[in-house]
Amino acid sequence: MKLVAALALALLLAAPAAASERHPTLGELEGEVMCPTCKTTLDQSTAPIADRIRRFISARITAGDTKSQIKDKLVAQFGPAVLAEPSKHGFNLLAWILPFVGLGIGAAALSWLAWRWSRNRPAQATVTGPPLDPELDRRVDEELARFDR
Amino acid sequence: MPLRLKHGLQALTVAAVAGLLGLLIWKVVHQDKGVKLGGGRTPPAPQFALSRLDAPGKLALASLRGKVVVLNFWASWCAPCKSEAPRLEAAWQRYRSRGVVVLGIDAQDFTGDAKRFVSKHGVTYPNVHDGPGDVLPRYGVTGFPETYFVDRRGRLVGDRVAGEISAARLNEGIRRALES
Repeated sequence: MKLVAALALALLLAAPAAASERHPTLGELEGEVMCPTCKTTLDQSTAPIADRIRRFISARITAGDTKSQIKDKLVAQFGPAVLAEPSKHGFNLLAWILPFVGLGIGAAALSWLAWRWSRNRPAQATVTGPPLDPELDRRVDEELARFDR
Repeated sequence: MPLRLKHGLQALTVAAVAGLLGLLIWKVVHQDKGVKLGGGRTPPAPQFALSRLDAPGKLALASLRGKVVVLNFWASWCAPCKSEAPRLEAAWQRYRSRGVVVLGIDAQDFTGDAKRFVSKHGVTYPNVHDGPGDVLPRYGVTGFPETYFVDRRGRLVGDRVAGEISAARLNEGIRRALES
C-alpha cells in the first residue's frame, strides 16, 4: 500500500516536470538562465543582451523547442555559465551531491554527539543524607499547606 | 572515545578548515584582474585562439606576431560599437599596408547577430567570436566597446580605450604601436 502511495506521489510530481520540459514558458526559463554581462538571472536583468536572450527564448518556444533544447542552444552560444544551475553530469555533478553529503555528515555528527552526551550524563542525583529534622519537616509542611489554600 | 581517535578527528577538522581557507586565499590571489596598462608598462598581450566570424577556422593572436594589432572588443547589442565600426574599418583600410591588423573580438553575443552586424556595417577586418567572454577578464575588459593596441612584439602599448574610440585616439594608438 505504501509503495503504491509513493509511486502515485512520484508520478504526481513528475507530471508537471515533464510538462515543463516539453512546453517551457519564458517565465520559468528567465529564472534558469543567466544574463552573461550582469551575472544575474534574466528575470533580474534589463541589460540589452538579457532582452536579446529573452527574444531568442520566446522564438524557440514558438518554434516548439523543449526546455533542454533551448538550454543546449544557449550553452552552445554562451558556454555552461549561462545556466543558473550547474549541469547534472561530469564534474558539475559534485555541486549537486556535495551539499547532501555535507548534510549527511552533519546529521551523523550531531546524532553521535547527542548519543555521547546522553550516555555520559551523570545519573540523576538521588537524595541522600541525614534525615530531615522533624521540626523543620513540620514547618515545611505548614508552609506548603499555606500555599495550597 | 579513545583519546588518539579524538585528537585525530580534531586534526582532520582543523586540516579541512585550513584547506578550505587556503583554497579561498588562492582564489582571491589568482583572480584574473586583467593586464595592467599605463605608466609606460608594456605587458605581453594575453594569448587566445578563437573561432572566426568571417571565415572558417580559428584565429590565434600569436599568428599575428610581427604586425601591429588593434584589438577591439565589441558586441552586436552595444550601441557605441555601431558608431565606431566605420572608424575601425577606415583605420584598417588606411594602415593594413603598413602591417597593421584590426581584429574585432565579438563577445557575449549570438554568432548570428554578430555576423549580421559585420555584414550590415560593411566590416572587412577580421573578427573572432568569444561567446562565453572567456578572454574578457584576461584583458580586464569592463564593458563594450574597449580597444587595445598590440605592438609587433606582441606587447600591449599605451592605454586601453574604454568606450567608443575617436579617430584621433585610434590613429594615436596605432602610431604609438608602430613606433614601439
